[in-house]
Amino acid sequence: MSVKKTSFFEASARTRIARLVDPGSFSEFCPPQLRHTSPHLARLHAPVAFDDGVAVGCARLAGHPVLIAAQEGRFNGGAVGEVHGAKLAGLLDKAVSERPAAVLLLVDSGGVRLHEANAGLIAISELMRAVLRTQAAGIPVFALIGGSCGAFGGMGIVARLCAEVVMSEQGRMGLSGPEVIETVMGVEEFDSRDRALVWRVTGGKVRRALGEATRLVEDDVAAFRAVTADLLAEYGARPLKPSSLDTLFDAHARLTARTRRFSAARDGREIFAASGFSDIDGVPLMAVDAFNRHLMETA
Amino acid sequence: MNAPSTPPASWDGQKRNQQARIERGAALAKGREVAGADIVRLLEAVIEPGDRVCIEGNNQKQADFLARSLVRTDPALVRDLHLVQSVLALPEHVDLIEQGQVRRIDFSFSGPQAGRLANLVEQGRIEIGAIHTYLELFGRYFIDLTPKVALIAAQAADREGNLYTGPNTEDTPAIVEATAFRNGIVIAQVNEVVDRLPRVDIPADWVDFFVKAPTPHYIEPLFTRDPAQITEIQILMAMIAIKGLYAEYGITRLNHGIGFDTAAIELLLPTYAAELGLKGKICTNWALNPHPTLIPAIEAGFVHSVHCFGSEVGMERYIAARPDVFFVGRDGSLRSNRAFSQAAGHYACDLFIGSTLQIDLEGNSSTATKGRIAGFGGAPNMGSDARGRRHPSPAWLRAGREASPNAAMPRGRKLVAQIVESSREHMQPAFVERLDAWELAETAGMELPPVMIYAEDVTHVITEEGSAHLLRCTTPEEREQAIRGVAGYTQVGLGRDRRMVENLRDRGIVRYPQDLGIDKRLATRDLLAARNIKDLVHASGGLYNPPVHFRNW
Amino acid sequence: MEQFVMTFPAACRLAEAHPPRLCGVVSSGNLEVLVESGDPGDACRIEVSTPATGFRDIWAAVLRDFVERQPVGGLRITINDAGATPAVVSLRLDQAMDTFRSEKS
Repeated sequence: MSVKKTSFFEASARTRIARLVDPGSFSEFCPPQLRHTSPHLARLHAPVAFDDGVAVGCARLAGHPVLIAAQEGRFNGGAVGEVHGAKLAGLLDKAVSERPAAVLLLVDSGGVRLHEANAGLIAISELMRAVLRTQAAGIPVFALIGGSCGAFGGMGIVARLCAEVVMSEQGRMGLSGPEVIETVMGVEEFDSRDRALVWRVTGGKVRRALGEATRLVEDDVAAFRAVTADLLAEYGARPLKPSSLDTLFDAHARLTARTRRFSAARDGREIFAASGFSDIDGVPLMAVDAFNRHLMETA
Repeated sequence: MNAPSTPPASWDGQKRNQQARIERGAALAKGREVAGADIVRLLEAVIEPGDRVCIEGNNQKQADFLARSLVRTDPALVRDLHLVQSVLALPEHVDLIEQGQVRRIDFSFSGPQAGRLANLVEQGRIEIGAIHTYLELFGRYFIDLTPKVALIAAQAADREGNLYTGPNTEDTPAIVEATAFRNGIVIAQVNEVVDRLPRVDIPADWVDFFVKAPTPHYIEPLFTRDPAQITEIQILMAMIAIKGLYAEYGITRLNHGIGFDTAAIELLLPTYAAELGLKGKICTNWALNPHPTLIPAIEAGFVHSVHCFGSEVGMERYIAARPDVFFVGRDGSLRSNRAFSQAAGHYACDLFIGSTLQIDLEGNSSTATKGRIAGFGGAPNMGSDARGRRHPSPAWLRAGREASPNAAMPRGRKLVAQIVESSREHMQPAFVERLDAWELAETAGMELPPVMIYAEDVTHVITEEGSAHLLRCTTPEEREQAIRGVAGYTQVGLGRDRRMVENLRDRGIVRYPQDLGIDKRLATRDLLAARNIKDLVHASGGLYNPPVHFRNW
Repeated sequence: MEQFVMTFPAACRLAEAHPPRLCGVVSSGNLEVLVESGDPGDACRIEVSTPATGFRDIWAAVLRDFVERQPVGGLRITINDAGATPAVVSLRLDQAMDTFRSEKS
C-alpha cells in the first residue's frame, strides 16, 4: 500500500498522539483500563468513554521529553467535563514538577460539557490557571489545533494562553462557537450553517493571518510533528522567559499594531486583503507553503 | 378486406387546432418571444381543457418558472389536464393537482413530493395512469402519451427562438421531438435571450414560444457526494465490489447508481483498484452523470469516456477542460441526453450497480416505503438484463455462461449488482421477508407492487458481510440461502442455514472478504483518493467549483 | 442505557500476555472496545453498555461469531456503544483484537 499522509482532522486522539511523537514513546497516565469515566454522564444515561474523551501521558518528540494530551472531538464534541478537565489540569501540574521540554495540548473541543456544566466550568478555570503557572515556571505549552471541533469556548481561551498555537487550515479557533453566536445574536449576525463564513472567521488561515496562530501546517500529522520539533528546538535554544513588565509591554505593542492594521476589517476576506493577498477568493485553495511564504514576505 | 369504416371528416384537424393555438398565442407574443408578464395569459390562450401537458423537469433541471406560471392560470380555463412528465419534483406540480386542474398523471419519479402525492391518491383526488421508467415514458411520448403542450427549460434563446440548453440538455430533445412533430405546442423558459447562441440544441423551427424567466431555472446538485461522509463499511463494500466483481469479470463498460456506496467505489479506483493492477482493465467507459467523485479516477487515467444523462452543478469548467473524456459540443460545454444515455446504459453497459432500501428473499429490490409514491427513474432500465442485446463482450458472455451453463443456445447476460449495508442506522434491516412495496401497492390501489429491480435481473448482492453470486445458484433454495448468507445480523441473515451457506461458500457462490483475499483492516478512509470536497477541487486542478453548501470556503 | 454481560466458552487463546488496548471512539454510530487479559480460563467475558435497547439477541449473535473467529480465551472485553450497526461492531472488534495482539507486554 502506498504511504499516505495521516489526516490530523480525521485521526482519532490516540492516533494523533501515536503518529505525532517518537514511535512507541507514549506512556499514558490514567489509562482506559482504570475506567475513570464520567459519573455525570452515567447518571444522565448517556454513553461514557473509558478515557472521558482525553488521553494524557508523557512521550518523546524528536528526542525531547514532552507531556502530551489529546482531546477526542468525536466524543461529546471534545467537551470538558469533570474527569476530562482534571486529567488535563493534572498533566499541567505534573509539568511543573517534571519539567519536560514542553506540554503539547492537542485541542479538539467545543468547550465546557453541558451535561456537567459547573464541574466543567471549574475545570476550565483550573486549566487556564495551570497553563499560566506552567509557563511561569518556564515550560512552554503548545496548542495544536486541527480537529473537527476546533478550539472553542473555554478551550479557545486555554489555547490562546499557550506560548504557541499550531493550526491546520481545517482547524478553527474562537471564543463563542458559530452556533452559540447565532443563537444569541440571531442568524443575521452570524449564519452558523454558512460554512464558508465560519471558516473565514475562525479557520486556521485567518487565525494565522491575524497572528493568533503562530504556525500554519498542512492537515497531516507529520506536518504537525515537524513544526512541533522545530518549536521544541527553538525553545531549547531560547527558553521561555517568565512574564515580566517588558513582555507585557511587548504584547501590548503587538496587539496595538495588529488593531491598527486590521481595524477596518469586518470579515476574513478583509483580513486577507489587509494581509496583502491579491486573489482573495483563491486564498482558501492556496497551498499552505505558498500561504506561509506570502505572510513571511509581507510581514 | 373489410369495407372501410367511415373516414374521418378531415385528416388535419389536429394540425388546424395547433395552428389556432399558435395564432391565439401569437397575439400575446413578439415573434416567438413572450414577455414574462404575459406568460400566464399565454398559457391560458394555448392550453385547452383535457390537454396532455409535460412540464419539463427531471431530478436536476426544472422548468420552474413555467410551472409557477401554470399554477397561476385560471382553473376555469386550464383544467382536466393530464400531466405526462419525468418527475413530479416541484411543489407546484402537486399544487396544480390540489387546485383541481389536473385529472391524471403519468410519470417516472416523484422524489421530494412522494408523500403529498400518496396523500392525494388516497383521497381519490388524482388518477395515476402509471409509474414508468424514463425510457418507457419517453417511448409512450411517441405512441399514446404525446404531449399536446410541452413547457421546457433552456439556458438561452436567440431572437429566432433557437435554444441552447447548456450542459443540462437532459430530457429536452425527447420531449420536444415528440411534441413538435405531432401537432403540439412547445414553450420554453430561458435564462437569457442573446443574439448568438454558443450552439443550437433545439432548432427554432421546433419551438413555438419562449419567455425569459425572472430567475435562472433551478438545478439540483443531485449527484454531489461529500467524500467526508463515506464510512469504512462503505469502503469495505467497495473493496468487495472491485475485487469480487469488477476485477473478476473485467468490467469496462458500466453505470453506477447514485449514492455514497458507489461514490466509495469511484474513490477507490485510483488507490485500491490501481494497486490491484486494474487500471485500463476495468471502469474505462461509463454511462454516468458527471459525478465529482469520479474526478480522481479520471485524473489517474482510469476513465476513457463518460456519456451523461444530465450534468452536475460545478462540473462545467472541469468537463470543458476534459473533452477527450466527456461529450462536449463545439462550444466546449457538455451535451447530456437522458434518453440516449438511458439507452446506452441499458444496451451498451455490462454492469449496473446501485444501492437500494429493501431486498427480499428472492432478491427483488425496492426503494418504496409506506406513505410515499416515489417512482423509479432510470434504475429499472439500467438494472435489467437487455434481452434485445446481441453484441458480445467478455463480461457479458461469462455472465451468460454462468447463468445457464448447460443451455443449448449460448446467451449473454448483463451483470446487475445491488450494494447495501445489511442494517442501516437504528437497526433498520435492508433484508426483509416481504417488501414494503406490497403494502404501498395495496393502499395506493396499484396493480403491481413498485419493485425497482426484479429478482431475475439481480446477479449479485454485495453487503459488508460479503458478496452473493446469485447467477451461480441452481435452485431457489440456494438463492435464498445465498442472500441470507450476506444479510448480516438482520432477521433474514440470522435465519440462514449455516451448513448450506458454508456449502455455498465452498462453491464460490457466497464469498466473504477473507475468501476474496481482502484484508478488512485495510478498509479505512485512508484508502479514499479524496477525503473531502476540497480534495476533489485540488484533484481537478481547481476546475471543479462545488456548490456553496458543500464548501467551507 | 442497557447493560449486560455475556460469557462465552472460548477454547482458543493467545499464547502471550498483552497490555490492555482501547480501540474506537464513542461517537454516534460508533463504539469503543477495551480488550484486557483477564483471569486464565477457557472463557471470554464481554460486557456491553449500549443506548439502543432491545437488541440483545443481535448482540449475542455478533459476539458469538466474533468469539468463534478470534482467539479470545481468557480475555475480558468491555464495549461502550453509541448506536453502532452490527457491521461496525464486528469490524471494530476485529480491529481491537489486531491492535491488542500487535503489542507484547
